[in-house]
Amino acid sequence: MAETAAPGLTLGMGEVVPVTGRAAVTTPFGMALVAAAQRDSRIVGLSADLAKYTDMLPFRDAFPDRFFNVGMAEQNLVAVAAGLAKVGLLPYATTYAVFASRRAYDFMAIAVAHSGAPVRLFAGLPGLTTGYGGTHQGIDDLALMSAIPGLAVIDPCDATELSQVVEAGLDHDGPIYCRLMRASVPRVLDPDAYRFGMGRARLLRNGSDLGLIATGLMTERALDAAETLGRQGLSVGVLHVPCLKPFDADAVAQFASGVRAVVTAENHMAQGGLGTRVVEALYAAAVQRPLHRVALPDRYIECGSLPYLQDRYGLSSDRLTEAALHFARIHCA
Amino acid sequence: MAVVNQPRTEADLAALAERAHRLRRHMVEMAARIGQGYLGQGLGIADILAVLYFHEMRHDPANTAWPERDRFVLSTGHYSIALWAALAEAGVLPVEELATYGADRSRLDMSTLDTTPGVEVIGGSLGQGLGQAVGMALGLRLKGSSARVFCELSDGELQEGSTWEAAMSAPAFKLDGLVAIIDCNGIQADGPIVLDIEPVAAKWTAFGWDTQEIDGNSLPAIVEALAAARTTTGRPKAIIARTRPGHGVPMLERREKAHFIAIAADEWDAVRRELEDARHG
Repeated sequence: MAETAAPGLTLGMGEVVPVTGRAAVTTPFGMALVAAAQRDSRIVGLSADLAKYTDMLPFRDAFPDRFFNVGMAEQNLVAVAAGLAKVGLLPYATTYAVFASRRAYDFMAIAVAHSGAPVRLFAGLPGLTTGYGGTHQGIDDLALMSAIPGLAVIDPCDATELSQVVEAGLDHDGPIYCRLMRASVPRVLDPDAYRFGMGRARLLRNGSDLGLIATGLMTERALDAAETLGRQGLSVGVLHVPCLKPFDADAVAQFASGVRAVVTAENHMAQGGLGTRVVEALYAAAVQRPLHRVALPDRYIECGSLPYLQDRYGLSSDRLTEAALHFARIHCA
Repeated sequence: MAVVNQPRTEADLAALAERAHRLRRHMVEMAARIGQGYLGQGLGIADILAVLYFHEMRHDPANTAWPERDRFVLSTGHYSIALWAALAEAGVLPVEELATYGADRSRLDMSTLDTTPGVEVIGGSLGQGLGQAVGMALGLRLKGSSARVFCELSDGELQEGSTWEAAMSAPAFKLDGLVAIIDCNGIQADGPIVLDIEPVAAKWTAFGWDTQEIDGNSLPAIVEALAAARTTTGRPKAIIARTRPGHGVPMLERREKAHFIAIAADEWDAVRRELEDARHG
């Protein structure tokens, strides 16, 4: 698999993808999987006692013969998925990010990625999206999974993109790890205008002062921050980077070279995630810009309510806006 | 070449004994060339591989991607020496290529990679084979295939938790077409089994498998156990095969049980002689 996007797929700075008014979509993953499975009989679904909490139930109910619940056994979840892939099927498996990455890691590495088996692993509770503490908060999954050769690593920003990643799984040659948002999921991108491309970053807003580079649910908050800063006279661009791997280093460098300072935003710890990849890309392209990383700290996070935790650890729209404004005042004055 | 071992006929034990002997001869020559290898384990499962590849499994040596083939999942990738011997003897690989075992740029690595024809999974990260075999059996059944899945795993692998995750799932999925062959040779990396795994058969029975326990170096016992494993009981089949590392070469069989047998340079002629003597003696 190419490390960067294919030629011709890199960002054209002029084309801005329209953003919708923030509706919400119910069970986008499950609905998209059912729709894909109606077209493609190779699709099978698996979960490890978390079908209900990863929006797998619509698929289970529509295709009971093609769904396998392996119980609380994530290593076996991935091993069985690999075996199904090796006899020609297209397995979509779900569990939580913490279990997918930490517990089943060697299986994702060897049984899946080393073999190039087309397993699609969708992982719930990414980053700080649960108040259940360090056992359930997948703060490190992007770093861990990005270290596996040949594995695509995706953090979709909304229901539109998540659904399109499900579709992209029909054609992608190789395994996929994708973060999963469940239940009522915001719609940020217009499904008629947006097309997910593997390894491709997308410009959501033009700007020349500050550039916000975001992935996952932080992209919506970056748009909020850009809007607020724009009202204060700053020109703020937003680049959405759904794929940590393959990573669109060209688009990131091009975007950064058009602004005076960069803030990255991710629902993940700082090391090994989006901010790290952006720093690498900018250094390699010799694009020097002041850069601030909004990310989770290098520690396990306590239990608590999500609004409290996201505010405390800097991921809320308000905190991101504050951080971006502060950085812009220093570097874009 | 067409599909072999179909329809299943009466086993020709003399022919199987000759195949097993030829597998052992291949392995001795492969190990002698580089002066090392997992020869003990390979010689120990030679009889099982002879029966699988030359009697029980439906496969097409000329087309290893044939969708209806029975799958052989070698979970212990370091037993590759035995698999290469079997694949060459079956006609999947050229016999001359065995001379490249363990060499740089060879397809015949010291541990299996699934880029080599005839290899279904990357073995070697122990505890990963059975779960993949479960997935293959599930998938084949879903596709309406009658192909079966034979998974070799070792006694040492019974210490891996993932083995038991897989062992619990196969009966729950009623995988008739899955046969686990547990090679109990009594050794692991640190020497003789370091953490008691017995009673092995009782564990598999308790997990819901149709379980048989046999002498894994007895061709008639292997033939009979695999025949019994063809029945459709709604349960997966486990064959506990008690094997002897180095079997077929008495001086190796007598040697202290070791994961990686060291054979001095001047001993190889004696190894070859004992192999031939044991065959005819």
